[in-house]
Amino acid sequence: MKFMDEYRDPVAVKQIAEQIHRITTQHWVLMEICGGQTHAIVKFGIDELLPKSIELVHGPGCPVCVTPLEIIDKALLIAGRPEVIFCSFGDMLRVPGSDKDLFSVKAGGGDVRIVYSPMDALEIARKNPEREVVFFAVGFETTAPANAMAVYQAKKQGLSNFSILVSHVLVPPAMEAILSSKLNRVQGFLAAGHVCTVVGYKEYEPIARKYKVPIVVTGFEPLDILEGIYMCVRQLEQNRYEVENQYVRSVRKEGNTHAVRIVEDVFCVVPRKWRGFGEIPQSGLGLRKSYRLFDAEEKFALKDLQIQESTKCMSGLILQGVKKPHECQAFGGQCTPEHPLGATMVSSEGTCAAYYRYRRVVAHV
Amino acid sequence: MFNCPIPIKNYPTVQLAHGGGGSLMNQLIEKMFLASFDSAPLKQRHDSAMLDLPRGRIAFTTDSYVIRPLFFPGGDIGKLAIFGTVNDLAMAGAKPLYLSVGFILEEGLPMEILWKVICSMKEAAEATGVQIATGDTKVVDKGKGDGIFINTSGIGVMDHSLNIAPGQVREGDVMIVNGDLGRHGMAIMAVREGLEFETAIESDAAPLADMILDLIGQGIEIHCMRDLTRGGLASALNEISSVCGLSMEIGETKIPVREDAKAACELLGFDPLYVANEGRCVVFVPANQAPKALEIMLRHDIGKESVVIGQVTKETPTAVYLKNAIGAVRIVDMLSGEQLPRIC
Repeated sequence: MKFMDEYRDPVAVKQIAEQIHRITTQHWVLMEICGGQTHAIVKFGIDELLPKSIELVHGPGCPVCVTPLEIIDKALLIAGRPEVIFCSFGDMLRVPGSDKDLFSVKAGGGDVRIVYSPMDALEIARKNPEREVVFFAVGFETTAPANAMAVYQAKKQGLSNFSILVSHVLVPPAMEAILSSKLNRVQGFLAAGHVCTVVGYKEYEPIARKYKVPIVVTGFEPLDILEGIYMCVRQLEQNRYEVENQYVRSVRKEGNTHAVRIVEDVFCVVPRKWRGFGEIPQSGLGLRKSYRLFDAEEKFALKDLQIQESTKCMSGLILQGVKKPHECQAFGGQCTPEHPLGATMVSSEGTCAAYYRYRRVVAHV
Repeated sequence: MFNCPIPIKNYPTVQLAHGGGGSLMNQLIEKMFLASFDSAPLKQRHDSAMLDLPRGRIAFTTDSYVIRPLFFPGGDIGKLAIFGTVNDLAMAGAKPLYLSVGFILEEGLPMEILWKVICSMKEAAEATGVQIATGDTKVVDKGKGDGIFINTSGIGVMDHSLNIAPGQVREGDVMIVNGDLGRHGMAIMAVREGLEFETAIESDAAPLADMILDLIGQGIEIHCMRDLTRGGLASALNEISSVCGLSMEIGETKIPVREDAKAACELLGFDPLYVANEGRCVVFVPANQAPKALEIMLRHDIGKESVVIGQVTKETPTAVYLKNAIGAVRIVDMLSGEQLPRIC
């Protein structure tokens, strides 16, 4: 397929893998931020093409994984109400809350619908004025503009039966949380191309300087990822720590300024809990006061609900790149995609799910 | 398409009484079902169809069709209900002979829709040479169904002594699929979700029996076959691998997926290996017969894009392995549920 096959070209892939071999002189630990990149690495076997001395650890960039249990439980409570049409992206439906998931709410008669865009949910609200339509606004900076636009439009059109359950998180605070941890092993980052397409990469420059880590904004196809690794290793070998952009066909330094503006209009930065991490200060987005009428947590009086997560799962360490899935006793046995114990197994984008799906047997050996 | 034989002005929609056993139901049976499914056993109008079957082992299968939307590019629920069950019989190497058809209709269904589905079933049955021998109609309250649900059961006869089953798969067997994958599932998704592409993706719904019977007739010792419906190629291979205890290696570049289906899959985050097909199967044959089998399949319209996709191996641990374009090998696992569109 055009604009895809070119980035999976076996000859070009081999060439760049050879270049990485040529410039690597020592052991380096790199983290790819995004779950989409983790999946591409495992699916295409990109790590198998790298020198043994380059270790890829997998980052926290799976929005489904890091959505805290508390928010899932709130979603379940809202979706179970008879007056509610609960709209969500597909992959949130299988994520277990404390005792069930959205699929079971649907099976129990709840009106839970899969949509592809928050604007679809807005349309449902317009067509069903007698019902409360709630959209599950999950994700990183990537999904924030469309969610912001839905709320902005709802206010403009006076759709008081529309609200969103917000669990937006931001990448830079999570990177800082990883880098400032005593357990940190990460020496270079592949930043998430889609996130940077929206917000640009100016925010990463102070992080690169403060922690002396190279950060390379990277795409999602095999060639993108290999080139991102090459650029990151080259910086490490040359003792440089800058922000570089591999994903030039999509990312500009200032990002998408229209998107950033609508996000800033509707959302403000707030502390957020991350599944597997706990609370990280100033790490997420919440609705501004001027849009509070569209906040589902306020509308359904759920602000105060607090849920503790299970301590059995080591997904926090996996999300920080300290451990790999197969180092977990529960992996593939007690913990599977059907019965996930924690964050990184719940979503198909999660690191444990990727290892289970493509590498299960290898991991057991 | 014929005009609907029940005067629209009288009954533009299906009523509860159409399933109630009275004169309205009789009208439905006579003017729609009997008029379309012209078979001797059905005309007996008895509680059971009495059938004369040729000698040989009998294959018997059933399937229910609850698809939404009822009509999609390349097919509709009626065509699927015939081809699906006929294909299940073909997978046993049986010649499909008779089908039963059970309709569950939702009150308020436009009669025109029912008529279109019946006409499509008639056409599909004629194309596969199968007779509809018995049937049933029930009507459920509005809101208790989804327009039309159809169950079809089928009987076929096996004129061969092959034991076609997952347990018969042997190391070295070659796997052939009869064409591109993923179109049916993506055609449905595209309509369901209102996705528009430059050209509509058409379902591959088609009957497989003629091609399969030709293979058997020409002496191909088929070890196993599976139609690649729900769960697609990946699920079929995993099921067979777990029964026969052998591994399979398939080559990603050998598996045909059309550009439109591939684009739709990329867009929604689906893997075409797991997407449903309605006119595709994988056939396991001994390596020495593979060239002949391929040649026979290529001669049929339904198999004109047949390709060898891989081979059965003794690789341990037992799994389905996919060798990708850049030469890396990964496991193709069974999905734990249906594929879901992703957030980003």
